[in-house]
Amino acid sequence: MLRFLAIRFGRAALTIVLVVTFAFVVLRLSGDPAITIMSPEAPPEALAAFRTAWGLDQPIWVQYLRYFGAIFQGELGQSMRDGRPALTLVIERIPATLALTLPAFAMKIALGIPAGVYAALHRNSLTDRLVMAGAVAGFTVPSFVLGLILVLVFAVKLGWLPSGGQESWRSAILPVITMGLGGAGVLARFTRSAMLEVLGQPFIRTASAKGVPWGQVVRGHALPNAAIPTITIVGFMVGSLIAGAVVVESVFSWPGVGRLLVVAVANRDLAVVQCILLLVASTMVVSNLTVDLLYGVLDPRLRGRTS
Amino acid sequence: MNEPLVAIRGLTVAFNGVPALRGIDVDVGKGEAVGLVGESGSGKSVTWLAALGLLPATARVAGSVTLGGEELLGAAPARLDDVRGGRIAMIFQDPASALNPVHRIGKQITEALRLHRGLTGAAARAEAIRLLEQVGIPDPRRRIDIYPHEMSGGQNQRLMIAMALAGQPELLIADEPTTALDATIQAQILDLLRRLRAETGMALVLISHDLGVVADMCDRVGVMYAGRIVEEAAADDIFAHPAHPYTAGLLAALPDMDGPRRRLEAIPGFVPEPWAMPPGCAFAPRCDRATDACAAAMPAARDVTARHTATRHTAACLHPRVREFAL
Ligand SMILES: Nc1ncnc2c1ncn2[C@@H]1O[C@H](COP(=O)(O)OP(=O)(O)OP(=O)(O)O)[C@@H](O)[C@H]1O
Ligand SMILES: [Mg+2]
Repeated sequence: MLRFLAIRFGRAALTIVLVVTFAFVVLRLSGDPAITIMSPEAPPEALAAFRTAWGLDQPIWVQYLRYFGAIFQGELGQSMRDGRPALTLVIERIPATLALTLPAFAMKIALGIPAGVYAALHRNSLTDRLVMAGAVAGFTVPSFVLGLILVLVFAVKLGWLPSGGQESWRSAILPVITMGLGGAGVLARFTRSAMLEVLGQPFIRTASAKGVPWGQVVRGHALPNAAIPTITIVGFMVGSLIAGAVVVESVFSWPGVGRLLVVAVANRDLAVVQCILLLVASTMVVSNLTVDLLYGVLDPRLRGRTS
Repeated sequence: MNEPLVAIRGLTVAFNGVPALRGIDVDVGKGEAVGLVGESGSGKSVTWLAALGLLPATARVAGSVTLGGEELLGAAPARLDDVRGGRIAMIFQDPASALNPVHRIGKQITEALRLHRGLTGAAARAEAIRLLEQVGIPDPRRRIDIYPHEMSGGQNQRLMIAMALAGQPELLIADEPTTALDATIQAQILDLLRRLRAETGMALVLISHDLGVVADMCDRVGVMYAGRIVEEAAADDIFAHPAHPYTAGLLAALPDMDGPRRRLEAIPGFVPEPWAMPPGCAFAPRCDRATDACAAAMPAARDVTARHTATRHTAACLHPRVREFAL
């Protein structure tokens, strides 16, 4: 078990290092923060002073090493834009993002899993086809398109809900639905195929041959087995609680982490971008780890290998 | 045999319009052991899955299956749930995939005990341990808390049998219970089934490819070919005097246990595809005794019982001298 955890953590740390390095390389090579933040018309001395202040005049590998050195001392750096600690900037935005992603997550689970189970149990019925058509639409329509359609209908045409901003909880409804519908579609399809796979297994027929009523076969025999593959996609959704709202936050001008990321990338505000990426990578890694541990809980066949 | 325990009459099954069973009649008496043999795809499994209502909804099932006079085809689901695992239990070919991988051994058995005997808690656990002991699983007190993947194939098949016994069935249907197992384990499982039958007096339907095993275990044998029963007789009888050329062919293909090893004589030709059944006898294209009449009409089962035998011997063959073969 300890060995398993150590390997997982090692791999997680490696993932994070790679992500952060990648971002460093891309942001540093794709533009000059001094120019994007100060404006190209700024006097050369001011630009030079800015570069010296932020260490941008050093060779790139020195910057890179410094940057990593700082991270290991728990120092994530300051925003080049307003000089405040990047971490503070990011943390400030987290509640706003969670205010969208948590209800959306609940909606994905509450809608997607029952719809997928129902569709599998009534395979090829009209309901199955409707659910699956809806699910396909839910995840093939890009969220910015879905978001814009919802805005057009409910904000512009009907005037029932605000089209953006963060004035009241009602502003959250459209972005939450936008994310929730898409995710529910993904989850419904996944749950359906997991259920169909399990329902075709011989042990389901054994349970029926034992005289287990169908409802109990579904609940006691099929669902616990179908949960094993489904947990992967749920874990993925947990992992995207922080970062999964970039597009939707932009469409609805919602002041969350995603919008901060878009603005920081545009400004080549490296410390902020890095800080968000670290956070995102960490949530992903933690949720993957949780999923792995849950596999062990749900599937006794995997338990022997990890302990 | 007066009133049979289970009587199957004119059972037909079709999948998406393609017939798999084309009129099956089988009786199983109380405590009797009936064997069902035939090549792969002949419909042995489908017969009993259909009888218990275990086929997918896409299967079209017609005919009649009665248990103690009560019709099972089309019976209410709750009624069928009482019968399945209660009066009739069934075990399958590949125990590893026939057991729920996320349920402990104990739970697999106590579930049946709860459903059919109302046992729960400590009483159910104690009975589950007794059943594991009865089917010869060593150290049942520890085994009861492990999972199927932690046991061997042979032990999993014993577990399947323990599950089946939990409902104290009057009939156990064993669908190729040893096909997936090693030869030595096969013999052990067959011995176990024989012993349990002696202990409980339950009837047995043994589905197998292996005529030898069936002749050894069963009172009566039915031979299936292309969705029909082509011959049925007492086990000794069918061995000594096969009336149907298909049975004769199967026997010729058996390795000779006593004599010197000789080449197996496989029956030439192939089983016709279910969607391209000839109008007459399905075996006629492969049969060296076939005449023009065989291709024209589907042969009904004829009584070919010899005078000195007690058990009825029937064969679905049009050959004019089929009676003589059975002598
Ligand atoms: N669920 C199903 N859907 C469609 N066709 C099926 C289904 N189950 C069985 N069949 C068909 O019914 C026919 C009889 O199959 P069955 O399983 O009864 O054969 P069997 O005699 O038990 O063979 P085996 O010795 O291989 O187990 C085969 O042609 C098979 O393809
Ligand atoms: Mg079979």
